[in-house]
Amino acid sequence: MPKALNLEELKSKANDIRKLIVRCTTAAGSGHPSSSLSATDVVTALYFGGFMKYNPQQPRDPDRDRFILSKGHACPVLYSAMAEAGYFSVDDIMTLRKLGSPWEGHPNMRRLPGIEASTGSLGQGLSIGIGHALAGRLDKKSYHVYVMLGDGETGEGQVWEAFAAAEKYRLNNLTAIVDRNGYQQTGATKDVLDMGDLAGKIASFGWNVQTINGNKMDEVVHALEKARAVKDQPTAIVANTKKGFGILPVLETTGDLNYHGKPLSKELAEKALALLSQTN
Amino acid sequence: MYLGELSGLKLGPAPRDAFGDAFKELGKTNPLLVTVDGDVGNSTRTEPFALAYPDRGFNVGIAESNMVSIAGGLAACGKIPIVASFACFLMDNAFDQIRMSVAFPQMNVKMVGSHTGISIGEDGPSQMGIEDVALACSLPGVVVIVPSDAATTRAATAAMIEHVGPTYLRVGRGKLAEIHAPGVKFQIGKAIQVRDGSDVTIVANGLMVAAAVDAATLLAKDGVKARVLDMHTIKPIDAEALAAAAKETGAIVVAEEHLHHGGLGSVVAQVTAAAHPVPMEFVNVGDTYAESGDPDGLLKKYDLTAEHVVRAARRAIQRKAS
Repeated sequence: MPKALNLEELKSKANDIRKLIVRCTTAAGSGHPSSSLSATDVVTALYFGGFMKYNPQQPRDPDRDRFILSKGHACPVLYSAMAEAGYFSVDDIMTLRKLGSPWEGHPNMRRLPGIEASTGSLGQGLSIGIGHALAGRLDKKSYHVYVMLGDGETGEGQVWEAFAAAEKYRLNNLTAIVDRNGYQQTGATKDVLDMGDLAGKIASFGWNVQTINGNKMDEVVHALEKARAVKDQPTAIVANTKKGFGILPVLETTGDLNYHGKPLSKELAEKALALLSQTN
Repeated sequence: MYLGELSGLKLGPAPRDAFGDAFKELGKTNPLLVTVDGDVGNSTRTEPFALAYPDRGFNVGIAESNMVSIAGGLAACGKIPIVASFACFLMDNAFDQIRMSVAFPQMNVKMVGSHTGISIGEDGPSQMGIEDVALACSLPGVVVIVPSDAATTRAATAAMIEHVGPTYLRVGRGKLAEIHAPGVKFQIGKAIQVRDGSDVTIVANGLMVAAAVDAATLLAKDGVKARVLDMHTIKPIDAEALAAAAKETGAIVVAEEHLHHGGLGSVVAQVTAAAHPVPMEFVNVGDTYAESGDPDGLLKKYDLTAEHVVRAARRAIQRKAS
């Protein structure tokens, strides 16, 4: 298990990961940087805050903790975190989305060891996570399964099938994190399909639910610690985030705070990287 | 009168029952086997397994999408999940989950669809799986098996579990004639010749194998020798047996309890066209949904009888001459 970073180190690591997200998507000329940036603090805490046990040299270790990125389009954050963790190199992920590269536009577990699920068709990751959690229980393993969903993704009915089933089996080895950045492809989630009191809805399915600011590292770390302590039910963390967090002033200049599914131009990327360097 | 009776075949158990028995039996010795159910285990016959090994049976309710993706997760951890439902609810309802959680990542999930074809009868078209084979065959890397009787269903159940990779097994609801002896040699991708003949080959699967045998019996009365191939595996197809049939008999009839498009007929036609084109005729449900009714009446109304196979065979043979 990698050494847990302290709060300041985690913030700095998140910043490094944000730079990689901007760099690899701009190099690719496509992708979903803003959806990745909202999720960066949670992913950073999971991989570097001492929450997940993993060994990049043994990505199929049966005892490893699992992270499933159900919102697969945000894979630049996953690839960047895994590069920082030593699964592969930073140069590798600069081949993102290029012909022949296993760093595909959405995660492909067949081509990249360490990727736990092939996602990209929204709604399936939590169910896959239940499968991992049930297998862990059958095999008397102590690993934990983390699944990250998007808030727009909760429009998929399968997500609610999964919330119900996880409660049925009292899966205390499963944590769902909803990256609630408030946007989906064509606009704000409250305009497209308003899920309203998302935390209350999930709680009504029998889950332990916390609501936090998912772009504040201390809140993220605290929530993950609390989730680990829950012993008799699955935990959900509704992480209120901002799409594009870390480079919001740059996105503001474009007039598009959703900035869905498009990379920054070289010029904007330079501005974003300069901004992130100031934050470091 | 049941299909196969005309040829003196005995009526045996339903494929779904044979599957359920075999699955439970295999569960004794294979601890990796688990099952995920969409609350129809007493129909699909996964229930005996789940009752025998309660910690390895998961009924997730009427939620096929969740059911299939959970199976994908279990398989990723080394389990061998059997995920079963009515064929239409499994294949049609959960198709994207099958695509993304099973086929694309090549998860070792065993999909079983029951209540296939129109012979389920009275419950009507909403319950009839008649698109399932086309859907299953469209998925890269998925093995598709449609056994014709209890003996081959038992053997197919064992074979699909032994096979590493995603599979789809189609098991009918009603009792079927015993085409094969118990313990029949069964190999995925290898057709079983049920009758030899030199004038025409009838390629069939599922309950239409019994109809094909009856058709061969009827044709023999007129001196027409029909070969009958039980093409239990549609993917991978036995191209060798098909090429030999085309060359040696010069005409092919394909009979299946499935829609016209995308089933066994389509696959056989592709292979035959490439290997050795010969006149072909097709006996199937057609390009339509059926209706409620008694199974025998439905099979007659929707052209799935031995007589329909006989007529198709005569057409194919006639075309061969012209």
